[in-house]
Amino acid sequence: MRFTKDHEWVEVDGDVATIGITAYAADQLGDVVFVETPALGKNVKKGDGLAVVESVKAASDVYAPVTGEVVAANAGLADTPETVNQSPEADGWFAKLKLADPAELDGLMDRHAYEAFLATL
Amino acid sequence: MRYLPLTAEDRARMLGVIGAPDIDALFADVPVSAQLSGPVDLPAHMGELEVERALSAMARRNRTAGEGPFFCGAGAYRHHVPASVDHIIQRSEFLTSYTPYQPEIAQGTLQYLYEFQTQVAALTGMEAANASMYDGSTAAAEAVMMAHRITRRPRAILSGGLHPHYAETIATLAHVAGVEIVRQAAAVDAEADVVSAIDGETACVVVQTPNVFGTASDVTAIADAAHAAGALLIVVTTEAVSLGLLKSPGEMGADIVAAEGQSIGAGLNFGGPYVGLFATREKFVRQMPGRLTGETVDADGRRGFVLTLSTREQHIRREKATSNICTNSGLCALAFTIHLSLLGETGLRRLAALNHARARRLAASLGEVPAVSVLTRRFFNEIAVGLPAPAAEVVETLAGQGVIAGVPFSRLAPDAGMDQVLLLAATETTTEGDIAVLTSALKGALA
Repeated sequence: MRFTKDHEWVEVDGDVATIGITAYAADQLGDVVFVETPALGKNVKKGDGLAVVESVKAASDVYAPVTGEVVAANAGLADTPETVNQSPEADGWFAKLKLADPAELDGLMDRHAYEAFLATL
Repeated sequence: MRYLPLTAEDRARMLGVIGAPDIDALFADVPVSAQLSGPVDLPAHMGELEVERALSAMARRNRTAGEGPFFCGAGAYRHHVPASVDHIIQRSEFLTSYTPYQPEIAQGTLQYLYEFQTQVAALTGMEAANASMYDGSTAAAEAVMMAHRITRRPRAILSGGLHPHYAETIATLAHVAGVEIVRQAAAVDAEADVVSAIDGETACVVVQTPNVFGTASDVTAIADAAHAAGALLIVVTTEAVSLGLLKSPGEMGADIVAAEGQSIGAGLNFGGPYVGLFATREKFVRQMPGRLTGETVDADGRRGFVLTLSTREQHIRREKATSNICTNSGLCALAFTIHLSLLGETGLRRLAALNHARARRLAASLGEVPAVSVLTRRFFNEIAVGLPAPAAEVVETLAGQGVIAGVPFSRLAPDAGMDQVLLLAATETTTEGDIAVLTSALKGALA
């Protein structure tokens, strides 16, 4: 699993990357009440807006950590957005992208580096 | 809070800080043609007694709607608002309170807005309503923006029966948002024409019923056609009392309802303030503009009210907000809620039936004048008639006789080629005597 400074995580399996927000982000947001997932087939570049996560008091953009095409979106979040708080780094995934450029992953942090980054906040 | 006016030194110091040479420099963006070349021609000061005398003399030159036969409608209607409504809204807690920014503290305000939303949803036959917009025209414009966001399509089709001022307001906002507006030609009874204009690029069709010519339509077929093409139907109503008699927009398949609530609780007020009603389906609620009151329970399990779904609004979403509106028409919404509560469902139905009966009397009476042709076949309380002369001139002539005959369509749309069309409304305030005087005056003017 790799991480961004915006608290997104990426888990790669073959050429498909699953993306979500980290436990730290979910905790900061508070109770998640809504997730706006991207449309299937949408092409996103690294850094583009991928999804929007809303809690009671805030709405945050989730950015694509890598470039790719949306091949799946977590439809279950529409009914149970609290999954993002309960299981942010597993069941609370937002979308899956078909990777356009796997080399982009090298620029992301591993868990050790991410935790070191969290300690500076 | 004290009012301490600025001194010349205060002004000079502020100008120095911002780097402007004088106050006039701050108005540099106003076109020269719109700028005053000197001070306004008013006396510098006058005693209270003299001011009263001067202003009363000015006011006497106006003829108010209640002074004689009055048939103006076209978006604002003369209805009877019971004195109890004004008595209640004059309470200082209601009259002076502003839109709540620590909303949960203002439980009373939130409760009446919740009741208002409930009434609007019930009246329009929709699943969710917001705490009001500024007026019907901006509500219609916001509805078009909302349909654009939901469908991600570029075009809105405006029916030929839509009030021209509403169409212009939509066009103004659409210009900023980059939505293409197609305005169909003005027509008394051509709502169905929007159907042939719907395609895969259509975000929404906007249909008014009763329309500006008074025609009431069943728009179910239009809803079906829009939905088949993936577009939304926005239904506009300028006469809220019509919802007491006609099939609700929700029942006819509307996706968004944008209406003017002025008819319930508010007088004509020289054109405002009014209150925009905005309602939609549950599935679109996150795209709704404006404030939304919700009901919840507190930590002790007691019922309470909140402003909910605030994450749509600009103080959280900034440029991605559903709208830049950050307030509502609170006092008018309260007056609406009070008046409607006093009427109740039964009272509203009876009021609506009375309006319709008066309009039928009006149409029948005018129909007997050979020079006048009643153009509207299916109406609630408003009709369009064709005259053998420019309607504006006829209205002027009758005004000189103390009869306000209605709104010439040319006032709303000077380029529509419908200069001989006059719009008339009848309400529960219209008497048999009024209708008789109007009819006789028209006969005389058109002889």
